[in-house]
Amino acid sequence: MVDQSSTLVPASISKPMAVAKVMGVETEYGIAGGPDGDPISASSVIVSAYAQKGRASISWDFEGETPDLDARGRTDFTALAPVVETHLANTVLTNGARLYVDHAHPEYSSPECRTPLEVTLYDVAGEEVMRRALEAANNVLPVERTITLYKNNSDGKGNSYGTHENYLLRRDVDFGHVIRAMVPHFVSRQIVVGAGKVGEETDAVSQRECAFQVSQRAEFFEEVVGLETTLKRPIINTRDEPHSDAERFRRLHVIIGDANMSQCATLVKLGSTALLLAVLEQRGVSHFPPMPSFPVEAVHGYSRDTTLRYAVACEDGRSRTAWDFQDDLWTLAREYASFDGAAAVAPPDQVEEILTQWREMLDGVRDDPATVADRVDWVAKQRVIQGYQDRHNLDDGDVRLRAIDLQYHDIRASHSLARRVGLRPLFAEETVREAVHNPPPSTRAFFRGQCVARYPEQIVAANWDSVVFDVGEGPLQRVPMLDPLRGTRELTSELLETSRTASELLAALDG
Amino acid sequence: MSEQERIQRQRTERANETASTEVVADPSKGDQLKADLDELLDEIDEVLEENAEEFVRNYVQKGGQ
Repeated sequence: MVDQSSTLVPASISKPMAVAKVMGVETEYGIAGGPDGDPISASSVIVSAYAQKGRASISWDFEGETPDLDARGRTDFTALAPVVETHLANTVLTNGARLYVDHAHPEYSSPECRTPLEVTLYDVAGEEVMRRALEAANNVLPVERTITLYKNNSDGKGNSYGTHENYLLRRDVDFGHVIRAMVPHFVSRQIVVGAGKVGEETDAVSQRECAFQVSQRAEFFEEVVGLETTLKRPIINTRDEPHSDAERFRRLHVIIGDANMSQCATLVKLGSTALLLAVLEQRGVSHFPPMPSFPVEAVHGYSRDTTLRYAVACEDGRSRTAWDFQDDLWTLAREYASFDGAAAVAPPDQVEEILTQWREMLDGVRDDPATVADRVDWVAKQRVIQGYQDRHNLDDGDVRLRAIDLQYHDIRASHSLARRVGLRPLFAEETVREAVHNPPPSTRAFFRGQCVARYPEQIVAANWDSVVFDVGEGPLQRVPMLDPLRGTRELTSELLETSRTASELLAALDG
Repeated sequence: MSEQERIQRQRTERANETASTEVVADPSKGDQLKADLDELLDEIDEVLEENAEEFVRNYVQKGGQ
């Protein structure tokens, strides 16, 4: 008799499930001032100042870093592989984050989080870490060497630095499908989560002067797909460095996004993207809207038209505005959440909140932008710029408008304009202070952060997927953490509570 | 009613709601938003860097990722 069991399994059971969307955000902050005017030394001063505030400086363990591996399954010898700088200031924080000097910027990489709301909290905690580091550094610098930090992505002179998002994905999702599914979102989401910018600064094709753009980063994107992050930036970055079990997982490294001052915008940026990735994993690529025929032109064009009427030709022969794409994508996410629950992304109430905010912000930017000026960064910024310009009768190119743009992102409470435009907060200050010190409970960041808090003298290095101990006798011991969903509070708090020393912890892990 | 229809209907209802709020738009909300912005514009010069020209000129970054 032929075994029929495999064909009797209902399709609903055998269909693939989305993997838990473990995610994080890395932000390079803009920096000015410092001991000798060199941004690398100024960035080092910032990182060291925070590290000296009662915390051990911990090295980054570069074992396993492979930024030149390409998700398309080949090594791209024509591209300039990203350079890993091993000698610059670095520390790992008790909240599981990494604070270090990347290129010529101080960077805060959030701990891995389990939901979009959680990663938003840890992104906001990163602002507080930078604020504290800045205060500590400026306390010992002469006043004319004072450092300032900006959570933005461009200097207005053609130089950009990134805010990158990372999402855990199933390894067996075809990378071609990732490209096909996500390009429509990455070119269009800026109308909801763009941070806004006065003027333009690159040689991106332009038919007319542009006084104000939706996005800080949009005009820096020149390719659809690629490995690079500092030149010829691609809409889909192919860096294949999972920081986890490469047999089971990918990490989608998203480099096309603005740093948000609006917490709601960060939530919707992460939430919408995570939902759509879960749709892709669970339902496949066929439900997604078609690709724009020229995605790079779409990114530039959508950013440059704050009336949101700009439309681009798509591969099905129709043309679409950014709003049209977002409307289709929202509907896709809405249906997925209604049918499948979206447990891979967040608990139901959080998923509903993401969908509600996304929808309100999307309708608001088209129908009545003032109603979403408390959530959409580019709208909030544009209102101030426009109001100031009208009041003082200034030209589009007036330098004071550029100053307002920059100062929107100043992280000092005394100077920040974002703090003064009435953005809606998502977290109590007490919650943010907690997140500065304590790791999120539901990923391996819990174990990393707790080890740093409990055994700082015995940790010589750490990275995303391991912690390296030196307990004084024998060789260094590496504790691997290849599964981002292990090392949680639930799984390790008892072990940590009962291990008074790193040696006891290692012995217990061996046993 | 299919999920698709339900969502379509929700969206139509929402569109209607939006339309109706536009008709009877609460003037006090628009006034409040404008008042808040005016207040910010009144005090903004006290917060802005003193020399905008120099501030903007000196803000030069090395490119990052």
